[in-house]
Amino acid sequence: MTGITAYGAYIPRLRLSRLAIYQAMGWFAPALIMVAQGERSMCNFDEDSLTMAVAAARDCLTGMDKKAVDAAYLCSTTLPFADRQNAGIMTTALNLRDDILTADITSSQRAGTTGLIAALDAVRAGSRRQVLLTATDKRETKAAYFYEMWFGDGAASLLVGEDNVIAEFLGSYSVTHDFVDHYRGADRHYDYMWEERWVREEGYAKFIPQAVQGLLKKLDLAMRNVGKLIFPCLFKAEHRTIAKCLGAAPAQLMDTMHDICGETGAAHPLLMLTAALEAAKPGELIVVAGFGQGCDALAFRVTENITKLPPRRGVHGSLADKRTTDNYMKFLKFRELIQPEMGIRAEAPTQTAMTTLWRNRRMITGLVGGKCRACGTPQFPKQDYCVNPDCCACQSQDDYEFADVPAQILSFTGDLLAVSVDPPAVYGTVQFAGGGRFLADFTDCDPQDVRVGLPVKMAFRRRFTDNERGFTGYFWKAIPQPPQQQQQPASAEAVAGKEVQ
Amino acid sequence: MMATGIKDKVAILGMGCTRFGERWDMGAEELMVEAFQECLADAGIERKDIQAAWLGHCLEEVGMGKSAAPMGVALRLPHIGITRVENYCATGTEAFRGAVYGVASGAYDICLAMGVEKLKDTGYGGLPNPGSGFGSLFWQWFPNASAPGLFAQVATAYAANHGIADKDLKRTLAHISAKSHANGALNPKAHLRRPVTIDQIMASPIIAYPLGLFDCCGVSDGAACAVVTTPEIARQLGKKDLVSVKAIQLSVSSGYEGAFNEWQGDNFYTAGKCSLAAYKEAGITNPREEISMLELHDCFSITELVTYEDLHISERGNAWRDVLDGFYDRDGKIPAQIDGGLKCFGHPIGASGLRMIYEMYLQLSGRAGERQLANPRYGLTHNLGGFPHQNVCAITILGGDK
Repeated sequence: MTGITAYGAYIPRLRLSRLAIYQAMGWFAPALIMVAQGERSMCNFDEDSLTMAVAAARDCLTGMDKKAVDAAYLCSTTLPFADRQNAGIMTTALNLRDDILTADITSSQRAGTTGLIAALDAVRAGSRRQVLLTATDKRETKAAYFYEMWFGDGAASLLVGEDNVIAEFLGSYSVTHDFVDHYRGADRHYDYMWEERWVREEGYAKFIPQAVQGLLKKLDLAMRNVGKLIFPCLFKAEHRTIAKCLGAAPAQLMDTMHDICGETGAAHPLLMLTAALEAAKPGELIVVAGFGQGCDALAFRVTENITKLPPRRGVHGSLADKRTTDNYMKFLKFRELIQPEMGIRAEAPTQTAMTTLWRNRRMITGLVGGKCRACGTPQFPKQDYCVNPDCCACQSQDDYEFADVPAQILSFTGDLLAVSVDPPAVYGTVQFAGGGRFLADFTDCDPQDVRVGLPVKMAFRRRFTDNERGFTGYFWKAIPQPPQQQQQPASAEAVAGKEVQ
Repeated sequence: MMATGIKDKVAILGMGCTRFGERWDMGAEELMVEAFQECLADAGIERKDIQAAWLGHCLEEVGMGKSAAPMGVALRLPHIGITRVENYCATGTEAFRGAVYGVASGAYDICLAMGVEKLKDTGYGGLPNPGSGFGSLFWQWFPNASAPGLFAQVATAYAANHGIADKDLKRTLAHISAKSHANGALNPKAHLRRPVTIDQIMASPIIAYPLGLFDCCGVSDGAACAVVTTPEIARQLGKKDLVSVKAIQLSVSSGYEGAFNEWQGDNFYTAGKCSLAAYKEAGITNPREEISMLELHDCFSITELVTYEDLHISERGNAWRDVLDGFYDRDGKIPAQIDGGLKCFGHPIGASGLRMIYEMYLQLSGRAGERQLANPRYGLTHNLGGFPHQNVCAITILGGDK
């Protein structure tokens, strides 16, 4: 049996109130009030599509044997590098094996579903046993635009294989049309959008039914058999109308999370699929479609194994861990839509020595340290001599991954002098349970919540951006976990079972 | 093992120190000349009498560049051997150590130690960013930290580990800074000469929590230098009230603090070791009774606080009580930062170690003017460069030659 064996998701903690956009820019674009409801997810200043992908993939791999993964595809239209394989950065961060196939799948909002079909086909064909499929997007728009309201940032990740399948792959059906509802030139930062009415009527309303009906016919299934019909659609009314045309009742239609997240680009069909799987019961039939210069549709049958999947954060956990802001200026700064004065101090040299990065890739990208075979001391970074003064054994250390080791704060500060996009720069020494420590940046935290002894979790984040050379450097940061963040996430049903209003 | 230490093998023949401050009128070269002129006059020698020299200069990228040549050129030293040393904030003491060892080895009779830093050519306040000056790996993973932020780590750990309330710690740190301001006000060469009140300090803006503006030392330009020789030569040259070197010790982190699991983040492990080695070298058994005065590396008030403990003068976790009792005030048992310290004299990195020695030299030879203490016996200077978890500590002990 081929299918999905695990899922994971990541939605940034920050959510921007859409009303805040209107309040700031309504004088300029009064029509924004029509869509100024709810909130959209928003990357922190140190997040991008790659860091979100790593977070979603880590969530997906919870309790799984990651060394068994033999291919990893990364699907997105907003990857940080045009020519440096982003999937390879992701797999280095995840400490997957080196002898695996990796690929970036891009250039369409359909990249996520197309990547998933490619992964399933590879496993079904027997050429790969386990494929990690991750989709992520952080799309940019100019300020005060409907799409700025509608878009969100997020990532989803699925593990595809043959053993312990939680959702059996029944088949897929695709249509391809060079329908240019929007496009982004290869050297451009923003989309160019054509008229919405045309996009709705000639695009969404035609291609999604083509793909879904084609799939159901191919599999000899009817809409009444479908438990959840999943497809993103920026337009709320069109979403309902398309479902109705396809014969799906409101209870069958999966919510787009428009009000609480926004549309996360290539990730969105899979993010919605993940939310559906979190609430799915064995035997349920799920159809998911992804729109973009045509449409992909896939069908899955949920199996008994879904009840045995190790607990994970998922969509519901991500949605529950949120901090809503009405600070639109912060959103603009984080996305470099405004350029406040950073001062001469910010001009420090930022060239990255690729030779150094290559030698230390497991340390920098993977947060891999060492554990001494002689005395058992875990340590970071891994160096030739053991750091234990009573040991100092030479070349005695095995690789030791710190990313998932529980840790707590030994010391900290909130630094208003250091250059930061979001001052104060909060950092401190992190002590890992069982051994190992280093001075780490903190992120996703409110400085007043930080205390000595507070637990932290590690996250793969942007360390710096070298705008002069177009390079982004990544490392790991600590996320403090104050008591209110250690609560249980909301139930999966509360999110996934939400019906269309 | 035959090592006998440095005690009483080398004496100071003369010293010089510039006024510290924002010396917009001078570069590093001119600052060196200002200190050197005073030093030659004090020592009563000519430049041709100097046989070898050591230059301490830390941030060459914003100063006068690499190598010892800029000093040879600026001081017109006649093609003698000059070594440039750099070891973070211990740089000045390293230069002194080189010159002292040069004499003690018998290789030379008279050596010069110079420390200099020009920090006010960067265009912004504070020290320059670490950036790639720390190597090509360091900044790929190290936080974009400022010096106050790094030393603030000690304060949060100290308060947590010793159960000290935030307000008690803040008041203690304010007392430390107020004391140094009071001392600096008496020093015509100090950068900051305005006394400030505890309330002013407590109300100052936060720089890096919990450290505020007045918890941070001045960023200054300056130079200080010493000419050293043997006690015998010093006497032959007519020098009276000799000040001699009792100990010079250095301790450098091994990675233990930053990467092993024992250090608690609320002290400087190097200083604890370095001070014991210095006491041993100087023959001091009870520092709280025998040391007369301290010039500590008060880059930040918290550094000074925990250093009282690291020097085994205050008990661990109790330095804050000694501070509030006035133990380290000018009229206390062991006055600290009599010249104003880094806090008010200023902190031109490469010069600071020699500036501290300069004050001890003045005090021990009874030439400290308004600041003069009664009958000082041993003076201890201390530098701490780098980060709390990975640093260089240098300690010297000076005393009258008996």
